[in-house]
Amino acid sequence: MKTLNPVFVIKVAIHLCALTPLLFNYYWSITDQNGADPVKAIIHFTGIGALNILLLTLLVSPSAKFFKLGWLMQTRRLIGLYCFFYACCHLLNFWWFELGFQVSLFIEELIKRPYIWLGMSGFVILFLLAITSPHSVRRKLGKNWQRLHYWIYPASILVWIHFYWSRKADISEPFLYLTVILILLALRKQKLKNWIRFR
Amino acid sequence: MKIIKSNRSQFKDHQITDEDIFNNKRDFLKKMGFVGAGSLITSPSHAGLFDWLKSDDTPPKKDPEPPKPLNFKALDKSGFELTPEQKVTHYNNFYEFGTSKQDPSEHAHNLTTNPWELTISGLVEQKITLNYEDLFKRFALEERVYRLRCVEAWSMVIPWVGFSLADLLKQAGVSSGAKYVSFKTLHRPSEMRGQSSRLIGGSIPYPYTEGLRIDEAMNPLAFLAVGLYGKSLPNQNGAPIRLVVPWKYGFKSIKSITEIKLSKIMPKTTWNLSAPNEYGFYANVNPDVDHPRWSQASERLITSGGLFDQQRIKTLPFNGYAEQVAHLYKDMDLRRHF
Ligand code: HEM
Repeated sequence: MKTLNPVFVIKVAIHLCALTPLLFNYYWSITDQNGADPVKAIIHFTGIGALNILLLTLLVSPSAKFFKLGWLMQTRRLIGLYCFFYACCHLLNFWWFELGFQVSLFIEELIKRPYIWLGMSGFVILFLLAITSPHSVRRKLGKNWQRLHYWIYPASILVWIHFYWSRKADISEPFLYLTVILILLALRKQKLKNWIRFR
Repeated sequence: MKIIKSNRSQFKDHQITDEDIFNNKRDFLKKMGFVGAGSLITSPSHAGLFDWLKSDDTPPKKDPEPPKPLNFKALDKSGFELTPEQKVTHYNNFYEFGTSKQDPSEHAHNLTTNPWELTISGLVEQKITLNYEDLFKRFALEERVYRLRCVEAWSMVIPWVGFSLADLLKQAGVSSGAKYVSFKTLHRPSEMRGQSSRLIGGSIPYPYTEGLRIDEAMNPLAFLAVGLYGKSLPNQNGAPIRLVVPWKYGFKSIKSITEIKLSKIMPKTTWNLSAPNEYGFYANVNPDVDHPRWSQASERLITSGGLFDQQRIKTLPFNGYAEQVAHLYKDMDLRRHF
Protein backbone atom coordinates (compact mmCIF):
# COMPACT_ATOMS: atom_id res chain seq x y z
CA MET A 1 0.00 0.00 0.00
CA LYS A 2 1.22 3.43 -0.88
CA THR A 3 1.72 5.65 2.16
CA LEU A 4 -0.29 8.83 2.21
CA ASN A 5 1.45 11.95 1.07
CA PRO A 6 1.89 14.21 4.13
CA VAL A 7 1.05 17.32 2.09
CA PHE A 8 -2.25 15.76 1.08
CA VAL A 9 -3.08 14.78 4.66
CA ILE A 10 -2.22 18.21 6.01
CA LYS A 11 -4.24 19.90 3.29
CA VAL A 12 -7.31 17.88 4.12
CA ALA A 13 -6.81 18.74 7.78
CA ILE A 14 -6.49 22.42 6.91
CA HIS A 15 -9.77 22.37 4.99
CA LEU A 16 -11.52 20.68 7.90
CA CYS A 17 -10.02 22.91 10.58
CA ALA A 18 -10.88 26.05 8.66
CA LEU A 19 -14.36 25.16 7.46
CA THR A 20 -15.87 23.26 10.38
CA PRO A 21 -15.84 26.05 12.97
CA LEU A 22 -16.87 28.59 10.34
CA LEU A 23 -19.91 26.57 9.30
CA PHE A 24 -20.89 25.92 12.90
CA ASN A 25 -20.59 29.59 13.77
CA TYR A 26 -22.75 30.59 10.82
CA TYR A 27 -25.29 27.96 11.75
CA TRP A 28 -25.39 29.17 15.34
CA SER A 29 -25.60 32.81 14.36
CA ILE A 30 -28.34 32.20 11.81
CA THR A 31 -30.40 30.25 14.34
CA ASP A 32 -29.73 32.78 17.15
CA GLN A 33 -27.68 30.43 19.30
CA ASN A 34 -24.48 32.45 19.24
CA GLY A 35 -24.81 34.50 22.40
CA ALA A 36 -27.11 37.46 22.78
CA ASP A 37 -25.77 39.25 19.72
CA PRO A 38 -25.24 36.80 16.88
CA VAL A 39 -24.02 39.58 14.58
CA LYS A 40 -21.14 40.73 16.77
CA ALA A 41 -20.31 37.11 17.44
CA ILE A 42 -19.84 36.27 13.77
CA ILE A 43 -17.96 39.52 13.00
CA HIS A 44 -15.55 38.86 15.83
CA PHE A 45 -15.20 35.17 15.03
CA THR A 46 -14.27 35.81 11.41
CA GLY A 47 -12.04 38.80 12.26
CA ILE A 48 -10.04 36.99 14.92
CA GLY A 49 -10.08 33.86 12.74
CA ALA A 50 -8.55 35.77 9.80
CA LEU A 51 -5.86 37.19 12.05
CA ASN A 52 -5.09 33.80 13.62
CA ILE A 53 -4.75 32.23 10.18
CA LEU A 54 -2.56 35.12 9.03
CA LEU A 55 -0.20 34.45 11.92
CA LEU A 56 -0.25 30.78 11.05
CA THR A 57 0.90 31.52 7.49
CA LEU A 58 3.77 33.51 8.93
CA LEU A 59 4.70 30.52 11.05
CA VAL A 60 4.99 28.12 8.11
CA SER A 61 8.40 29.02 6.72
CA PRO A 62 10.14 29.32 10.12
CA SER A 63 8.72 25.90 11.08
CA ALA A 64 9.74 24.36 7.77
CA LYS A 65 13.25 25.65 8.31
CA PHE A 66 13.48 24.74 11.97
CA PHE A 67 12.08 21.22 11.66
CA LYS A 68 13.67 20.69 8.23
CA LEU A 69 10.30 19.85 6.69
CA GLY A 70 10.52 21.36 3.24
CA TRP A 71 7.16 19.98 2.12
CA LEU A 72 5.45 22.17 4.74
CA MET A 73 5.95 25.10 2.39
CA GLN A 74 3.46 23.51 0.00
CA THR A 75 0.67 24.12 2.51
CA ARG A 76 1.32 27.82 2.87
CA ARG A 77 -0.71 29.00 -0.10
CA LEU A 78 -3.81 27.16 1.08
CA ILE A 79 -3.52 28.61 4.58
CA GLY A 80 -3.03 32.09 3.15
CA LEU A 81 -6.10 31.72 0.96
CA TYR A 82 -8.17 30.73 3.98
CA CYS A 83 -7.00 33.91 5.69
CA PHE A 84 -8.38 35.87 2.74
CA PHE A 85 -11.55 33.80 2.79
CA TYR A 86 -12.16 34.57 6.47
CA ALA A 87 -11.44 38.26 5.80
CA CYS A 88 -14.06 38.22 3.01
CA CYS A 89 -16.60 36.70 5.39
CA HIS A 90 -15.65 39.29 8.02
CA LEU A 91 -16.21 42.17 5.61
CA LEU A 92 -19.43 40.69 4.30
CA ASN A 93 -20.74 40.10 7.82
CA PHE A 94 -20.12 43.71 8.72
CA TRP A 95 -21.81 45.06 5.62
CA TRP A 96 -24.70 42.62 5.51
CA PHE A 97 -25.63 41.87 9.10
CA GLU A 98 -24.33 44.92 10.94
CA LEU A 99 -25.25 47.56 8.36
CA GLY A 100 -28.10 45.76 6.61
CA PHE A 101 -26.41 46.06 3.17
CA GLN A 102 -26.94 49.81 3.11
CA VAL A 103 -24.46 51.04 0.53
CA SER A 104 -24.35 54.65 1.73
CA LEU A 105 -23.85 53.71 5.37
CA PHE A 106 -21.14 51.21 4.40
CA ILE A 107 -19.24 53.80 2.35
CA GLU A 108 -19.70 56.38 5.10
CA GLU A 109 -18.21 54.01 7.66
CA LEU A 110 -15.32 53.13 5.34
CA ILE A 111 -14.53 56.81 4.91
CA LYS A 112 -15.13 58.04 8.42
CA ARG A 113 -13.52 55.44 10.65
CA PRO A 114 -9.76 55.30 10.90
CA TYR A 115 -9.85 51.79 12.36
CA ILE A 116 -11.80 50.64 9.33
CA TRP A 117 -9.26 52.25 6.94
CA LEU A 118 -6.66 50.01 8.48
CA GLY A 119 -8.86 46.93 8.17
CA MET A 120 -9.58 47.93 4.59
CA SER A 121 -5.94 48.41 3.67
CA GLY A 122 -5.17 45.04 5.24
CA PHE A 123 -7.98 43.58 3.18
CA VAL A 124 -6.70 45.16 -0.05
CA ILE A 125 -3.27 43.65 0.52
CA LEU A 126 -4.78 40.23 1.21
CA PHE A 127 -6.84 40.59 -1.96
CA LEU A 128 -3.77 41.36 -4.07
CA LEU A 129 -1.91 38.43 -2.57
CA ALA A 130 -4.86 36.11 -3.18
CA ILE A 131 -5.31 36.99 -6.86
CA THR A 132 -1.60 36.55 -7.49
CA SER A 133 -1.45 33.20 -5.72
CA PRO A 134 -2.04 30.79 -8.67
CA HIS A 135 1.19 29.22 -9.91
CA SER A 136 0.66 30.57 -13.42
CA VAL A 137 0.43 34.14 -12.17
CA ARG A 138 3.40 33.59 -9.94
CA ARG A 139 5.51 32.46 -12.87
CA LYS A 140 4.44 35.46 -14.91
CA LEU A 141 5.34 37.91 -12.16
CA GLY A 142 8.81 36.45 -11.73
CA LYS A 143 10.84 38.36 -9.17
CA ASN A 144 8.04 40.86 -8.62
CA TRP A 145 5.93 38.13 -7.06
CA GLN A 146 8.19 37.91 -4.02
CA ARG A 147 8.29 41.69 -3.80
CA LEU A 148 4.52 41.87 -3.77
CA HIS A 149 4.13 39.09 -1.27
CA TYR A 150 6.45 40.75 1.22
CA TRP A 151 3.48 43.02 1.81
CA ILE A 152 2.05 40.39 4.12
CA TYR A 153 4.35 41.83 6.80
CA PRO A 154 2.95 45.37 6.76
CA ALA A 155 -0.50 43.77 6.46
CA SER A 156 -0.02 41.96 9.76
CA ILE A 157 0.79 45.27 11.45
CA LEU A 158 -2.14 47.11 9.81
CA VAL A 159 -4.56 44.41 10.87
CA TRP A 160 -3.13 44.45 14.36
CA ILE A 161 -3.75 48.19 14.70
CA HIS A 162 -7.28 47.64 13.35
CA PHE A 163 -7.83 44.99 16.03
CA TYR A 164 -6.30 47.13 18.79
CA TRP A 165 -8.34 50.15 17.78
CA SER A 166 -11.64 48.27 17.62
CA ARG A 167 -11.38 47.42 21.31
CA LYS A 168 -12.94 49.72 23.88
CA ALA A 169 -10.61 49.05 26.76
CA ASP A 170 -9.53 45.45 26.91
CA ILE A 171 -6.13 45.70 25.30
CA SER A 172 -4.32 42.82 26.95
CA GLU A 173 -5.26 40.42 24.16
CA PRO A 174 -4.14 42.77 21.36
CA PHE A 175 -0.79 43.15 23.12
CA LEU A 176 -0.30 39.41 23.33
CA TYR A 177 -0.98 39.29 19.60
CA LEU A 178 1.52 42.09 19.03
CA THR A 179 4.16 40.11 20.85
CA VAL A 180 3.56 37.12 18.59
CA ILE A 181 3.65 39.32 15.47
CA LEU A 182 6.88 40.94 16.53
CA ILE A 183 8.47 37.56 17.20
CA LEU A 184 7.35 36.30 13.78
CA LEU A 185 8.79 39.43 12.16
CA ALA A 186 12.00 39.24 14.18
CA LEU A 187 12.58 35.75 12.80
CA ARG A 188 12.92 37.43 9.40
CA LYS A 189 14.89 40.44 10.51
CA GLN A 190 17.48 40.22 7.75
CA LYS A 191 14.92 39.62 5.03
CA LEU A 192 12.89 42.60 6.17
CA LYS A 193 15.94 44.85 6.32
CA ASN A 194 16.90 43.92 2.79
CA TRP A 195 13.37 44.43 1.58
CA ILE A 196 13.12 47.89 3.08
CA ARG A 197 16.51 48.88 1.69
CA PHE A 198 16.12 47.58 -1.86
CA ARG A 199 12.44 47.97 -2.40
CA MET B 1 -47.16 61.07 33.62
CA LYS B 2 -45.73 59.27 30.66
CA ILE B 3 -42.73 57.42 31.87
CA ILE B 4 -42.37 54.51 29.56
CA LYS B 5 -40.86 55.06 26.21
CA SER B 6 -42.69 57.26 23.78
CA ASN B 7 -42.33 55.44 20.49
CA ARG B 8 -44.12 52.19 21.10
CA SER B 9 -44.86 51.69 17.45
CA GLN B 10 -41.45 50.36 16.58
CA PHE B 11 -41.75 47.35 18.85
CA LYS B 12 -43.45 44.27 17.56
CA ASP B 13 -45.18 41.69 19.68
CA HIS B 14 -43.42 40.25 22.63
CA GLN B 15 -41.21 37.37 21.65
CA ILE B 16 -39.62 34.73 23.73
CA THR B 17 -36.53 32.63 23.33
CA ASP B 18 -35.92 29.25 24.67
CA GLU B 19 -33.23 29.02 27.31
CA ASP B 20 -32.41 25.52 26.15
CA ILE B 21 -31.16 26.79 22.83
CA PHE B 22 -28.39 28.68 24.58
CA ASN B 23 -27.37 25.81 26.76
CA ASN B 24 -27.39 23.40 23.85
CA LYS B 25 -24.56 25.16 22.16
CA ARG B 26 -22.37 25.33 25.22
CA ASP B 27 -22.80 21.63 25.86
CA PHE B 28 -21.88 20.90 22.30
CA LEU B 29 -18.82 23.10 22.51
CA LYS B 30 -17.76 21.37 25.69
CA LYS B 31 -18.13 17.98 24.06
CA MET B 32 -16.06 19.10 21.10
CA GLY B 33 -13.43 20.32 23.55
CA PHE B 34 -13.69 23.87 22.21
CA VAL B 35 -14.55 25.62 25.42
CA GLY B 36 -11.46 26.98 27.05
CA ALA B 37 -9.22 25.02 24.75
CA GLY B 38 -7.86 28.12 23.08
CA SER B 39 -8.10 26.33 19.77
CA LEU B 40 -6.83 27.76 16.52
CA ILE B 41 -10.12 29.32 15.65
CA THR B 42 -12.12 29.73 18.75
CA SER B 43 -15.77 30.13 19.52
CA PRO B 44 -16.80 33.69 20.27
CA SER B 45 -17.30 32.96 23.92
CA HIS B 46 -13.57 32.35 24.04
CA ALA B 47 -12.59 34.58 21.23
CA GLY B 48 -8.85 34.63 21.56
CA LEU B 49 -5.77 32.54 21.09
CA PHE B 50 -4.54 33.71 24.44
CA ASP B 51 -7.60 33.38 26.59
CA TRP B 52 -6.06 30.52 28.49
CA LEU B 53 -3.64 33.02 29.95
CA LYS B 54 -6.39 34.81 31.77
CA SER B 55 -8.91 32.06 32.39
CA ASP B 56 -8.85 30.96 35.97
CA ASP B 57 -10.12 27.43 35.98
CA THR B 58 -10.59 27.34 39.73
CA PRO B 59 -14.06 26.01 40.52
CA PRO B 60 -16.62 28.72 41.27
CA LYS B 61 -16.50 29.66 44.93
CA LYS B 62 -20.27 29.79 45.26
CA ASP B 63 -23.36 28.48 43.59
CA PRO B 64 -25.37 31.16 41.85
CA GLU B 65 -28.22 32.41 43.99
CA PRO B 66 -31.48 32.26 42.09
CA PRO B 67 -33.16 35.67 41.72
CA LYS B 68 -36.12 36.04 44.06
CA PRO B 69 -39.59 37.15 43.00
CA LEU B 70 -40.51 40.73 43.90
CA ASN B 71 -43.67 42.54 44.96
CA PHE B 72 -44.28 45.45 42.64
CA LYS B 73 -46.82 47.34 40.61
CA ALA B 74 -46.69 45.51 37.28
CA LEU B 75 -46.97 47.15 33.90
CA ASP B 76 -48.98 45.93 30.91
CA LYS B 77 -46.16 44.91 28.62
CA SER B 78 -48.25 43.55 25.77
CA GLY B 79 -47.32 46.38 23.42
CA PHE B 80 -43.56 45.95 23.68
CA GLU B 81 -41.13 43.74 21.92
CA LEU B 82 -38.88 43.03 24.86
CA THR B 83 -35.34 41.70 24.68
CA PRO B 84 -35.57 38.10 25.91
CA GLU B 85 -34.51 37.65 29.53
CA GLN B 86 -31.78 35.22 28.54
CA LYS B 87 -30.12 37.89 26.40
CA VAL B 88 -30.53 40.62 29.01
CA THR B 89 -28.76 38.43 31.55
CA HIS B 90 -26.05 36.91 29.33
CA TYR B 91 -24.76 39.87 27.34
CA ASN B 92 -23.37 42.40 29.79
CA ASN B 93 -20.70 45.02 30.10
CA PHE B 94 -19.55 44.72 33.71
CA TYR B 95 -15.76 44.91 33.53
CA GLU B 96 -15.45 44.09 37.24
CA PHE B 97 -16.01 40.50 36.11
CA GLY B 98 -14.13 40.61 32.81
CA THR B 99 -14.33 42.49 29.56
CA SER B 100 -16.15 40.04 27.33
CA LYS B 101 -19.93 40.10 27.18
CA GLN B 102 -20.17 36.58 28.60
CA ASP B 103 -17.76 37.12 31.50
CA PRO B 104 -20.29 38.71 33.89
CA SER B 105 -22.79 35.86 33.59
CA GLU B 106 -19.99 33.34 34.11
CA HIS B 107 -18.25 34.98 37.05
CA ALA B 108 -20.62 37.37 38.83
CA HIS B 109 -22.15 34.68 41.03
CA ASN B 110 -19.07 34.92 43.24
CA LEU B 111 -20.29 38.28 44.47
CA THR B 112 -22.01 38.46 47.87
CA THR B 113 -24.87 40.93 47.69
CA ASN B 114 -26.55 40.13 51.01
CA PRO B 115 -25.57 41.77 53.38
CA TRP B 116 -25.28 45.04 51.47
CA GLU B 117 -24.89 48.64 52.49
CA LEU B 118 -25.83 51.67 50.41
CA THR B 119 -25.10 55.07 51.91
CA ILE B 120 -26.51 58.42 50.77
CA SER B 121 -24.31 61.19 52.10
CA GLY B 122 -22.60 64.48 51.34
CA LEU B 123 -24.77 67.57 50.93
CA VAL B 124 -27.95 65.99 52.30
CA GLU B 125 -30.06 66.93 55.27
CA GLN B 126 -29.69 63.52 56.80
CA LYS B 127 -27.39 60.70 55.87
CA ILE B 128 -29.23 57.48 54.99
CA THR B 129 -27.92 53.93 55.07
CA LEU B 130 -29.96 51.23 53.38
CA ASN B 131 -29.28 47.57 54.06
CA TYR B 132 -30.17 44.69 51.75
CA GLU B 133 -33.76 44.35 52.98
CA ASP B 134 -34.33 48.13 52.84
CA LEU B 135 -33.54 48.15 49.12
CA PHE B 136 -36.66 46.12 48.44
CA LYS B 137 -38.91 47.48 51.22
CA ARG B 138 -38.24 51.16 51.86
CA PHE B 139 -39.91 52.34 48.63
CA ALA B 140 -42.92 51.07 46.70
CA LEU B 141 -41.55 49.12 43.75
CA GLU B 142 -42.86 49.69 40.24
CA GLU B 143 -42.10 48.25 36.82
CA ARG B 144 -40.82 50.31 33.89
CA VAL B 145 -39.89 49.32 30.37
CA TYR B 146 -36.91 51.30 29.10
CA ARG B 147 -34.73 50.96 26.09
CA LEU B 148 -31.08 50.75 27.14
CA ARG B 149 -28.84 52.23 24.44
CA CYS B 150 -25.22 51.14 24.75
CA VAL B 151 -22.49 53.49 23.52
CA GLU B 152 -21.40 50.55 21.32
CA ALA B 153 -24.47 51.14 19.11
CA TRP B 154 -26.74 48.33 20.25
CA SER B 155 -29.82 48.49 22.44
CA MET B 156 -32.14 46.29 24.47
CA VAL B 157 -35.69 46.77 25.72
CA ILE B 158 -35.82 45.77 29.37
CA PRO B 159 -38.58 45.59 32.00
CA TRP B 160 -36.96 46.93 35.18
CA VAL B 161 -38.37 46.87 38.72
CA GLY B 162 -37.38 49.58 41.19
CA PHE B 163 -38.08 53.12 42.32
CA SER B 164 -37.27 56.70 41.31
CA LEU B 165 -33.87 58.03 42.27
CA ALA B 166 -35.73 61.26 43.18
CA ASP B 167 -37.73 59.40 45.86
CA LEU B 168 -34.54 58.37 47.60
CA LEU B 169 -32.88 61.78 47.26
CA LYS B 170 -36.01 63.50 48.62
CA GLN B 171 -35.97 61.23 51.63
CA ALA B 172 -32.38 62.21 52.37
CA GLY B 173 -33.19 65.86 51.69
CA VAL B 174 -31.12 67.71 49.09
CA SER B 175 -29.16 70.59 50.66
CA SER B 176 -29.20 73.87 48.78
CA GLY B 177 -25.52 73.73 47.78
CA ALA B 178 -25.80 70.32 46.13
CA LYS B 179 -25.19 70.50 42.36
CA TYR B 180 -24.08 66.97 41.48
CA VAL B 181 -24.67 63.39 42.55
CA SER B 182 -21.90 60.82 42.37
CA PHE B 183 -22.26 57.04 42.48
CA LYS B 184 -19.74 54.38 43.34
CA THR B 185 -19.72 50.64 42.60
CA LEU B 186 -18.61 48.17 45.25
CA HIS B 187 -14.85 47.65 45.43
CA ARG B 188 -14.17 44.07 46.45
CA PRO B 189 -11.29 42.54 44.49
CA SER B 190 -11.68 39.21 46.30
CA GLU B 191 -15.04 38.67 44.59
CA MET B 192 -14.60 40.85 41.51
CA ARG B 193 -11.87 39.33 39.38
CA GLY B 194 -11.54 42.37 37.13
CA GLN B 195 -10.59 44.54 40.08
CA SER B 196 -7.83 42.21 41.18
CA SER B 197 -6.26 41.79 37.73
CA ARG B 198 -5.66 44.52 35.18
CA LEU B 199 -5.51 41.84 32.51
CA ILE B 200 -9.06 40.76 33.27
CA GLY B 201 -10.56 44.12 34.18
CA GLY B 202 -9.55 46.06 31.08
CA SER B 203 -7.28 48.49 32.96
CA ILE B 204 -9.99 50.99 33.77
CA PRO B 205 -9.74 52.65 37.20
CA TYR B 206 -11.72 50.98 39.99
CA PRO B 207 -13.96 51.47 41.87
CA TYR B 208 -16.23 52.46 38.99
CA THR B 209 -17.76 55.88 39.54
CA GLU B 210 -20.49 57.77 37.74
CA GLY B 211 -22.29 61.05 38.19
CA LEU B 212 -25.32 63.12 37.30
CA ARG B 213 -26.20 66.78 37.63
CA ILE B 214 -28.74 67.23 40.42
CA ASP B 215 -31.56 68.23 38.03
CA GLU B 216 -30.86 65.11 35.96
CA ALA B 217 -30.93 62.98 39.09
CA MET B 218 -34.24 64.49 40.19
CA ASN B 219 -35.87 63.85 36.79
CA PRO B 220 -38.62 61.24 37.23
CA LEU B 221 -37.09 59.03 34.51
CA ALA B 222 -33.91 58.43 36.56
CA PHE B 223 -34.49 55.07 38.16
CA LEU B 224 -32.89 52.80 40.72
CA ALA B 225 -33.52 49.21 39.66
CA VAL B 226 -33.50 46.29 42.09
CA GLY B 227 -34.95 43.80 39.64
CA LEU B 228 -35.72 42.87 36.04
CA TYR B 229 -38.30 40.59 34.50
CA GLY B 230 -40.16 40.61 37.83
CA LYS B 231 -37.30 39.14 39.89
CA SER B 232 -34.39 40.59 41.84
CA LEU B 233 -31.41 41.53 39.67
CA PRO B 234 -29.00 38.77 38.71
CA ASN B 235 -25.50 39.75 39.87
CA GLN B 236 -24.29 40.29 36.32
CA ASN B 237 -26.92 42.98 35.83
CA GLY B 238 -25.76 44.96 38.86
CA ALA B 239 -27.30 43.35 41.95
CA PRO B 240 -28.55 44.32 44.36
CA ILE B 241 -29.18 47.88 43.14
CA ARG B 242 -28.21 49.81 40.02
CA LEU B 243 -28.96 53.04 38.26
CA VAL B 244 -30.94 53.23 35.01
CA VAL B 245 -30.77 56.54 33.13
CA PRO B 246 -32.52 55.74 29.86
CA TRP B 247 -31.66 58.92 27.94
CA LYS B 248 -27.92 58.41 28.42
CA TYR B 249 -25.52 55.78 27.10
CA GLY B 250 -25.50 52.59 29.10
CA PHE B 251 -22.20 53.17 30.88
CA LYS B 252 -23.87 55.95 32.91
CA SER B 253 -26.19 53.34 34.44
CA ILE B 254 -23.77 52.23 37.14
CA LYS B 255 -24.16 48.79 38.73
CA SER B 256 -23.95 47.36 42.27
CA ILE B 257 -23.96 50.76 43.97
CA THR B 258 -22.62 51.19 47.51
CA GLU B 259 -22.29 54.94 47.72
CA ILE B 260 -24.35 57.93 46.58
CA LYS B 261 -22.92 61.31 47.42
CA LEU B 262 -24.21 64.82 46.78
CA SER B 263 -21.61 67.48 46.12
CA LYS B 264 -20.90 70.94 44.84
CA ILE B 265 -18.34 69.93 42.23
CA MET B 266 -18.69 67.75 39.16
CA PRO B 267 -17.55 64.22 40.06
CA LYS B 268 -14.91 62.35 38.08
CA THR B 269 -16.42 59.47 36.12
CA THR B 270 -14.69 56.25 35.12
CA TRP B 271 -15.00 56.21 31.33
CA ASN B 272 -14.36 59.92 31.10
CA LEU B 273 -11.13 59.38 33.03
CA SER B 274 -10.02 56.51 30.80
CA ALA B 275 -10.81 58.11 27.42
CA PRO B 276 -11.91 61.76 27.78
CA ASN B 277 -12.10 62.32 24.02
CA GLU B 278 -14.52 59.41 23.59
CA TYR B 279 -16.75 59.52 26.66
CA GLY B 280 -18.07 62.74 28.15
CA PHE B 281 -19.63 63.45 31.51
CA TYR B 282 -23.08 63.95 30.03
CA ALA B 283 -23.11 61.04 27.56
CA ASN B 284 -26.61 61.83 26.37
CA VAL B 285 -27.71 59.58 23.52
CA ASN B 286 -27.22 61.76 20.45
CA PRO B 287 -27.39 60.54 16.84
CA ASP B 288 -25.66 63.74 15.66
CA VAL B 289 -22.48 63.28 17.67
CA ASP B 290 -20.52 60.22 16.57
CA HIS B 291 -18.16 58.27 18.73
CA PRO B 292 -14.68 58.91 17.29
CA ARG B 293 -14.54 55.32 16.12
CA TRP B 294 -18.09 54.60 15.01
CA SER B 295 -21.37 56.20 14.04
CA GLN B 296 -24.08 56.82 16.62
CA ALA B 297 -26.72 57.59 13.98
CA SER B 298 -28.31 54.16 14.18
CA GLU B 299 -28.28 51.12 16.42
CA ARG B 300 -28.98 47.43 16.27
CA LEU B 301 -31.91 46.51 18.47
CA ILE B 302 -31.18 43.23 20.17
CA THR B 303 -34.41 41.27 20.40
CA SER B 304 -34.56 37.69 19.38
CA GLY B 305 -33.57 36.61 15.93
CA GLY B 306 -30.62 35.25 14.00
CA LEU B 307 -28.45 36.80 11.32
CA PHE B 308 -31.28 37.20 8.84
CA ASP B 309 -33.66 38.73 11.33
CA GLN B 310 -31.88 41.86 12.48
CA GLN B 311 -33.42 45.22 13.23
CA ARG B 312 -31.33 48.29 12.62
CA ILE B 313 -33.20 51.38 13.82
CA LYS B 314 -32.45 55.07 13.76
CA THR B 315 -31.08 56.34 17.05
CA LEU B 316 -33.30 59.03 18.54
CA PRO B 317 -32.14 62.15 20.37
CA PHE B 318 -32.05 61.34 24.09
CA ASN B 319 -32.88 57.74 23.12
CA GLY B 320 -36.49 58.73 22.44
CA TYR B 321 -37.02 60.45 25.79
CA ALA B 322 -36.48 64.01 24.52
CA GLU B 323 -39.96 65.09 25.56
CA GLN B 324 -39.12 64.38 29.20
CA VAL B 325 -35.50 65.52 29.38
CA ALA B 326 -34.52 67.85 26.51
CA HIS B 327 -35.38 70.93 28.59
CA LEU B 328 -32.55 70.06 31.00
CA TYR B 329 -30.03 70.97 28.29
CA LYS B 330 -31.71 73.82 26.47
CA ASP B 331 -28.86 76.32 26.66
CA MET B 332 -26.06 73.83 26.19
CA ASP B 333 -23.95 73.01 23.17
CA LEU B 334 -24.41 69.26 23.12
CA ARG B 335 -21.58 68.78 20.63
CA ARG B 336 -19.15 70.20 23.12
CA HIS B 337 -20.78 68.70 26.20
CA PHE B 338 -21.11 65.20 24.72
C1 HEM C 1 -12.74 46.46 4.88
C2 HEM C 1 -12.28 45.63 5.71
C3 HEM C 1 -12.71 45.47 7.15
C4 HEM C 1 -13.79 45.99 7.83
C5 HEM C 1 -14.89 46.89 7.30
C6 HEM C 1 -13.71 45.49 9.18
C7 HEM C 1 -14.64 45.78 10.17
C8 HEM C 1 -14.53 45.35 11.47
C9 HEM C 1 -15.50 45.59 12.51
C10 HEM C 1 -16.79 46.36 12.33
C11 HEM C 1 -15.04 45.02 13.64
C12 HEM C 1 -15.77 44.92 14.97
C13 HEM C 1 -15.62 46.10 15.84
C14 HEM C 1 -16.57 45.97 17.00
O1 HEM C 1 -16.22 45.31 17.98
O2 HEM C 1 -17.67 46.48 16.90
C15 HEM C 1 -13.78 44.42 13.35
C16 HEM C 1 -13.00 43.73 14.26
C17 HEM C 1 -11.91 42.99 13.92
N1 HEM C 1 -11.38 42.81 12.65
FE1 HEM C 1 -11.96 43.75 10.98
N2 HEM C 1 -12.60 44.69 9.30
C18 HEM C 1 -11.97 44.65 8.07
C19 HEM C 1 -10.83 43.94 7.74
C20 HEM C 1 -10.20 43.07 8.59
C21 HEM C 1 -9.13 42.16 8.22
C22 HEM C 1 -8.53 42.04 6.81
C23 HEM C 1 -8.80 41.46 9.35
C24 HEM C 1 -7.78 40.35 9.56
C25 HEM C 1 -7.07 39.75 8.68
C26 HEM C 1 -9.62 41.93 10.42
C27 HEM C 1 -9.54 41.47 11.73
C28 HEM C 1 -10.32 41.95 12.75
C29 HEM C 1 -10.14 41.55 14.12
C30 HEM C 1 -9.08 40.60 14.65
C31 HEM C 1 -11.13 42.21 14.85
C32 HEM C 1 -11.37 42.15 16.37
C33 HEM C 1 -12.29 41.04 16.71
C34 HEM C 1 -12.49 40.96 18.20
O3 HEM C 1 -12.39 41.98 18.88
O4 HEM C 1 -12.78 39.86 18.66
N3 HEM C 1 -10.46 42.89 9.93
N4 HEM C 1 -13.48 44.63 12.00
